[in-house]
Amino acid sequence: MADFIIETPKGKWELVCGLEIHCQIVSKSKIFSGASTEFGDDANVNVSFIDAGMPGMLPVLNKECVRQAVKTGLGLNAVINKYSVFSRKNYFYADSPQGYQITQFEYPIVGEGKITVDLSDGTSKDIRIERMHIEQDAAKSIHDINPKKSYVDFNRCGVGLMEIVTKPDFRSPEEVGAFLKKLRSIVRYLGTCDGNMDEGSMRCDASISVRPLGSNELRERAEVKNVNSVKFAMQAVEYEAKRQVELYENGETLKQQTCRFNPATGETKFLRFKEFSDDYRYFPEPDLPPLVLDDAFIEEIRNNLVELPDAKKARFVKELGLTPYDASVLCENKETADFFEEAAKGRDAKKVANWIMGDFFAMLNAKKLPLEKSPISAEKLGRLVDLISKNVINGKTAKDVFAIMAETSQEPEAIVEEKGWKQVTDTSAIEAIVDEVLQSNPDNVAAYKGGKNNLLGWFVGQVMKQSKGTANPAIVNQLLKQKLG
Amino acid sequence: MTDLTDLTIAEALSAMKSKKISAEELTKAYIKKTEEGRKYNAYVLETPEVALQAAKVADENYAKGTERALEGIPMGIKDLFCTKGIRTTACSHIIDNFVPQYESTVTQNLLNAGVGFLGKLNMDEFAMGGSNETSYFGPVINPWSKDVDLVPGGSSGGSAAAVAAKMCAAATGTDTGGSIRQPAAFCGITGIKPTYGRCSRYGIMAFASSLDQAGPMAKDVKDCALLLNVMAGHDEKDSTSSRKDVPDFTKVLGQDVKGLKIGIPQEYRPQGLNKEIEQAWDKAIAMLKERGAEIVDISLPHTKYALPVYYIIAPAEASSNLARYDGVRFGERVDGAHLDDLYINTRTQGFGKEVKRRIMVGTYVLSAGYYDAYYVKAQKVRRLIQNDFKNAFEKCDVILTPTSPTEAFPIGDKTMVENPINMYLNDVFTVSVNLAGLPALSLPIGLSAKGLPLGMQLIGKAFDEETVFKTAYALEQDAAFKRI
Repeated sequence: MADFIIETPKGKWELVCGLEIHCQIVSKSKIFSGASTEFGDDANVNVSFIDAGMPGMLPVLNKECVRQAVKTGLGLNAVINKYSVFSRKNYFYADSPQGYQITQFEYPIVGEGKITVDLSDGTSKDIRIERMHIEQDAAKSIHDINPKKSYVDFNRCGVGLMEIVTKPDFRSPEEVGAFLKKLRSIVRYLGTCDGNMDEGSMRCDASISVRPLGSNELRERAEVKNVNSVKFAMQAVEYEAKRQVELYENGETLKQQTCRFNPATGETKFLRFKEFSDDYRYFPEPDLPPLVLDDAFIEEIRNNLVELPDAKKARFVKELGLTPYDASVLCENKETADFFEEAAKGRDAKKVANWIMGDFFAMLNAKKLPLEKSPISAEKLGRLVDLISKNVINGKTAKDVFAIMAETSQEPEAIVEEKGWKQVTDTSAIEAIVDEVLQSNPDNVAAYKGGKNNLLGWFVGQVMKQSKGTANPAIVNQLLKQKLG
Repeated sequence: MTDLTDLTIAEALSAMKSKKISAEELTKAYIKKTEEGRKYNAYVLETPEVALQAAKVADENYAKGTERALEGIPMGIKDLFCTKGIRTTACSHIIDNFVPQYESTVTQNLLNAGVGFLGKLNMDEFAMGGSNETSYFGPVINPWSKDVDLVPGGSSGGSAAAVAAKMCAAATGTDTGGSIRQPAAFCGITGIKPTYGRCSRYGIMAFASSLDQAGPMAKDVKDCALLLNVMAGHDEKDSTSSRKDVPDFTKVLGQDVKGLKIGIPQEYRPQGLNKEIEQAWDKAIAMLKERGAEIVDISLPHTKYALPVYYIIAPAEASSNLARYDGVRFGERVDGAHLDDLYINTRTQGFGKEVKRRIMVGTYVLSAGYYDAYYVKAQKVRRLIQNDFKNAFEKCDVILTPTSPTEAFPIGDKTMVENPINMYLNDVFTVSVNLAGLPALSLPIGLSAKGLPLGMQLIGKAFDEETVFKTAYALEQDAAFKRI
């Protein structure tokens, strides 16, 4: 279901959108040189003679990048092309030291595939992948150090990229967002890209056009470049689609163009018309022979593929009894899913899921901590759930224990012991407190007996208070009801 | 004592091994010749201190008995090979201040074998030319010149002239369309372009990547074999370099050529072929026949397309390969108001006329709308030319042709200056070999009426340099060519 129809007094319009996503390949060294791919180092320290385009230097393909690309292709449910060819894309710019980018043009390493995305209305949709090819990243131009000069950092130059191109299958900004999250989730599961859009290791270009609802035409499109978050991508698509509708309804036409998205205003801004685009003079890269993969290489990768989010989610629902929603939240990233699985091992998975999605996520959010820096390990969280299941503490005390664990990383058992919070299930001990409460509050006892039934809660509260929260609430309730008749 | 620079490498190695001469003496003799021969303009940079240092090490190794394959041999290096710490310019103004921080694989192989470098040799700018006249450092004079200054051929003109004038024991060359063979023929020396992939291209400034190949230029066939033994071999740093084993090329020298099938392509004998060239060719055919070789007429029907195909593919690759000379990271920079102006100013002033011409041609044939008609078509015809050779080699073992349609011509020849096509026609017998990636050697067969050397070319099957060497060695014995 694609309930995104732009409705105006003049008519109804539909969005047609496709994405191109550049994913930096996770590898120790660059795609055609031995230089490190480390992000965040000082400028121009990870630069080999090859990366700098020095005379006489030749590219040598990094096999690890090929392996990562094949892995990603399999994760996209796509055809792996056993024969692919590198090409040169020629252009002059300071970020392109060779004067060309080595990429794949006619023969990419990965062919057609698809990704299934889950939408908020409970439906799901297949987004088709057109192709994926591998290429080298450009250097980074820095324009804000000096008003008159530009600087270039070549550390990024030559880092391997996977460019994933979708078919124009998106009909709503929500689908765009769901796809980007899903793709990010897949590449992170696979360990082929870290998916950090804000650091630029995953970058998105969106091709956007609109058409009257019900028509099959494909109108001229605008390409919004380099959007660096899921939210911005959704905003950019929505804004641009509405802008185009307005244009058409004012009797104007759209010329194919390139735009930039401004996160501060949420608007897209015209950059240039496509008709002035460069002629890249692609031709096969003579320094690299065609890339030929054998079946054994592909099969070895296929056989060692990790469980992907869709498969994991299905398993959580089927084997652990989670709801599809809970399962998809927990599976969005592999670390969370792994954390959950460890915490839930041999326990009531549903209860563990509730703890993780409730108090645990809230705690991480409040502390602004990533999962791997959590003060509470999966194992300790599991043991906290055990304490509740075994009636050692009640649910309310558990929250207090959790709060202390979040501060001190202590064992839950130690906290309960130290604080004396072990739940009192000894009926005679609780009875003594109940009796004492009833004796010291004759007025309220009389009122209750006179029909003020809602005072029961007050009595429970008093008993709990006297027991410092350790009395088992069920027993307290039961005894009070008995004694108050 | 005799002039040590008369010795071939084989002779010099044996003299040093038996302690008759020292590497230092040999090197000093060549340094002296280099100084005396400055009028030829063969060297664009002399590095006598580098060569003497290598000679010192060589003499120590001979004393210890730990000498390497080419210990103490002083060589000149074409200025297209990057040499660590030694200025390397491709004879272009655009990088005439460039000092590489790395060594090309071929020159590293030579260094590892004990060679000393006397200096960097003149050449056509970025190896684009057939007469060494496009060099930023000016033309090289052919040492065979008499009253008129003649070109040494190109692009490895400095290499050929330096070897001919005994200003080095041997030199490195590169060959994209004939750049080793044609200057070897013009200067009366021997040079071989090995099979594409035999020698690593790492560290050699690229002209046309799918055609470029390094090779030795030396006094005779045996020296070329000795050098290629060292220069060739697989290199992880060049993905197009071959993993095939490199045999000892000297082993086949002197082997009988009886029964060997020598192919003579009819297309290389066009109407109007220079009579002297034709006679020299017939003489070579007769020599091999005399030794019992079988002469076989063959056809290479697509030969006439080789030049146009070459002048599409080579400039196309060059236009891209030379994009890195942009003034941003190394070499000359001529500033401009904007980045585009910097590029335009730098490249306008940095490149010479012929280089610019080829960049423009290459850019044109790769452009949208022309790519299929020119580049793709040329690649298809290239395949047909490769097939021609494949078919021919079913009938013969090695092909014999002239190296060049002419002898050395005067510097500044009007017909060529006015029309570059006339210059390109010099490559007519050599370019097919590059397009097919085959090995081919040029050796001197005799002198023209004007007393200028004439060269013969032997073309072999891919990775069969041995048959080429064997046949060349036999011809060399019979031709008994007298070096300067």
